[in-house]
Amino acid sequence: MEYIIIIISAVFVNNIVLSQFLGVCPFLGVSKKVSTALGMSAAVAFVMALSTLVTYLLQYYVLLPLGIGFLQTVSFILVIAGLVQMVEIILKKISPALYQALGIFLPLITTNCCVLGVALLVVNNEFTFGGDPHMLNLGQSVVYTVASAIGFGLAITLFSGIREQLDLNNVPKAFRGVPIALIVAGIMAMAFMGFSGIV
Amino acid sequence: MGKLKLISEGIIKNNPTFVLILGMCPTLGTTTSAINGMGMGLATLFVLVLSNMSISAIAKLIPEEVRIPSYIVVIAAFVTILQLLLQAFIPSLYETLGIFIPLIVVNCIVLGRAEAYANKNSVIDSAFDGLGVGLGFTIALTILGLVRELLGSGSLFGWKFIQGEGMLAFVLAPGAFIVLAYLIVLFRKVTANKA
Repeated sequence: MEYIIIIISAVFVNNIVLSQFLGVCPFLGVSKKVSTALGMSAAVAFVMALSTLVTYLLQYYVLLPLGIGFLQTVSFILVIAGLVQMVEIILKKISPALYQALGIFLPLITTNCCVLGVALLVVNNEFTFGGDPHMLNLGQSVVYTVASAIGFGLAITLFSGIREQLDLNNVPKAFRGVPIALIVAGIMAMAFMGFSGIV
Repeated sequence: MGKLKLISEGIIKNNPTFVLILGMCPTLGTTTSAINGMGMGLATLFVLVLSNMSISAIAKLIPEEVRIPSYIVVIAAFVTILQLLLQAFIPSLYETLGIFIPLIVVNCIVLGRAEAYANKNSVIDSAFDGLGVGLGFTIALTILGLVRELLGSGSLFGWKFIQGEGMLAFVLAPGAFIVLAYLIVLFRKVTANKA
């Protein structure tokens, strides 16, 4: 039951892009076509799940016992950068086809703030469901991370579908490009606000 | 004159928010009021100036292949310093900005300036470049926060002059996207007329 609440809240209610503003750069940057949006979200989901797993263990078994919690930011970003690099090398070796599909997105992910953002949210206990702040255990953290990644994928895929249509329309000159995309995102965020209160 | 031009370019021609459209997460996430926007802008300015200066100082020592991870570590170090300083001296701001403080590490503006400017130019020039871009970011965030606060809660910098609730949507997520869209359009209009 708990897991279902976590999933619904992370995908719809607290959608990572449209209500928490994490990962807005790739959301605007790689959403011109549905196929690239899908590739990007797959790569993000993969890296996010891995990095949360590693940073969770790092936080509770290394940083806190040693009393060096202030190194959190530095160590997390190093872990993420390292993981991205590792995933890239392994994919290239094991599955060239998948590497072809995800390859160009991987380096971009290091500076995607939703990866570091979710890793920090999980360990900093800033997660609330059912009213009270909760400490997530490892299983819940991974479920929450994957659900957040699905939320990212959902938002960016819907958004890219709309943007493909938008290209065919006659938009006023000053609004072309980013501004009209931002307005679409605003309307989508308004639609997602309708989910608030279901959990 | 040269230094002044560096600063004004960061504010107008290369404005990170309105022209380059970089660093969108903190831009949208923290500008619920003018004060918060300004706080976030100044926090980024702090990191930007210091990281620009130190990266330009050590750029020649770093091998080409590992430059990006090295820059990120330098930036992360300054972000940690900022985090500890804010926690000690301005805890209220630290609370409101929350997760967006550590996320300055992955702000594309900071890494972007390191890669595009600081590693090729002198320490002093890099400092001014950081100052200009940081000011451009701060001004943009303050304006965005100002508009959202005015429409959303009828106040300016916390000074309430319109009674009642205001339009809540502008403080929440949708308002952030829509106000930013209109500000970009306005900025394009104004700068296009000038040129």
